[in-house]
Amino acid sequence: MEAMIQIKDVTKTFVGKDNQVEALKGINLSIQKGEIYGIIGMSGAGKSTLVRCLNFLERPTSGTVLIEGKDLATLKDSELRSMRTQIAMIFQHFNLLMQRTVLDNICFPLEITKVPRAKAVERAKELLEIVGLSEKMLAYPAQLSGGQKQRVAIARALATNPKILLCDEATSALDPTTTKAILALLKEINEKYGITIVIITHEMAVVQEVCTHVAIIDEGNLAEHGTVEEVFSRPKSKAARKLVFQGEGTATYEEMKGKRCIRIVFSSNSSYEPVIANMILTCKAPVNILLADTRDIGGVAHGQMILQLPEEEAAAEKMIQYLKNRKLEVEELTNYVG
Amino acid sequence: MWDSQVVLMVAEGTWVTLYMTLASTLIAYLLGLPMGIALVVTAPGGLKPNKIIYKILDVVVNIVRSIPFLILLMLLIPFTKLIVGRSYGATATIVPLSMAAAPFVARLVESSLLEVDHGVVEAAQSMGAGTWSIIWKVLLAEARTSLIVGATISLGTILGYSAMAGVVGGGGLGDIAIRYGYYRYQADIMIVTVVLLVALVQILQIIGTRLSKKLDRRITG
Repeated sequence: MEAMIQIKDVTKTFVGKDNQVEALKGINLSIQKGEIYGIIGMSGAGKSTLVRCLNFLERPTSGTVLIEGKDLATLKDSELRSMRTQIAMIFQHFNLLMQRTVLDNICFPLEITKVPRAKAVERAKELLEIVGLSEKMLAYPAQLSGGQKQRVAIARALATNPKILLCDEATSALDPTTTKAILALLKEINEKYGITIVIITHEMAVVQEVCTHVAIIDEGNLAEHGTVEEVFSRPKSKAARKLVFQGEGTATYEEMKGKRCIRIVFSSNSSYEPVIANMILTCKAPVNILLADTRDIGGVAHGQMILQLPEEEAAAEKMIQYLKNRKLEVEELTNYVG
Repeated sequence: MWDSQVVLMVAEGTWVTLYMTLASTLIAYLLGLPMGIALVVTAPGGLKPNKIIYKILDVVVNIVRSIPFLILLMLLIPFTKLIVGRSYGATATIVPLSMAAAPFVARLVESSLLEVDHGVVEAAQSMGAGTWSIIWKVLLAEARTSLIVGATISLGTILGYSAMAGVVGGGGLGDIAIRYGYYRYQADIMIVTVVLLVALVQILQIIGTRLSKKLDRRITG
């Protein structure tokens, strides 16, 4: 199947007066139709630049962006503009027209595409129904709350029946409850209309809540990508771990360096037995629990724990063996705490 | 001395001042508005960055703005004669007035348009809006309050300049003030014209402020 969005070797370099900033250093990514794809990274990682390359608000310095197989770089100005009606975008600060009513904001993209006024109004009313803001039709953006503004922005984005919806930190300016409601709306839209959604965020919780897939961007590189389940339960790259196990590795415990550490991953069915307590009793040696955490990923509980093993080799080996016998995933961490 | 003739003259002067001010502002906007838009659009990082056009406009605006109005008034006499047929009187004054005000207007328009949140422009671009749509429907529409405030400032400034044109027989209240108040030491006429000028500026200012507030949708309620 042809990918909805295909990103090939995309780089972007910003040239300043006396310095160059490489925002993207060769990104390859493929997003399928109907996916909710999260792109997560620390601020300054290049994720906002990447999403702007998907509708050519930023032109990549090199590499290609294909939307349903069409190379954006080969399009003429007018063709690019008509392509953009198919790639809607919402923003952190909503970017509504402050001098227009809610209704006229939603009509705006339709005006651009020269849809007759009566038809545009009809469509706008329909969309207001979907985002649950019909009673605010004649209000101005200044009279709305943040969550309501983002709903208007979503309605506006959907006006032209786009195939793709790009969300650039769309919930970062909202409180947690409103964030949940907006994410639920996005999920609903994705399921009802099959719109492919790309979500740029720095918040793990956002990806966990709605995304099917995730890519982790770190200093302009693609650190890791895959299904949310894969990446979040077994993050491989350093950047991914830093995001997934937030707080881990930020402190340095000097005295622990050099000792052996292991990561244990609990899947859903292994959390009943008091494994660690039993292990300590069996092996007759103490362990140091450095981190323990349970997360709900896609409805399945995933636990993980990082243990520091005793210095004595035999006891350490015995423990690893014990855990492996309990069918737990055990992974040795070299130089953990770094 | 305050016979009907003088009253008539002052009334006519008021009318002529208004005529010069409004006509000059109109022409100044016809010239300055596109210039201001062009400055914003062609600026580095604008909708259609163009270094050459931007630099030319920038320099021209700066040069004209830095010439004192009285000097410009005299420099433009041949040009005024060419267009109006003579270099004195109200209609002739409109030429240098609009010329002097246009770059001023361009800067006011520029700063108004730059106040429009870049994010909103970006949003319009992401919807496939072209440059013209963005200029009309986003920049000018979103900046309208600020543009009206700017126009009010322009009216006041141009009205003040129109009085200065009285020195070279420009007509209007300034002309009366100079001829009667200054050359003939008729202080009462001088005071009356000054009061009328102040009143005109006040009225224009009140209308402008009210209008801009009335059209602003950013205030709740």
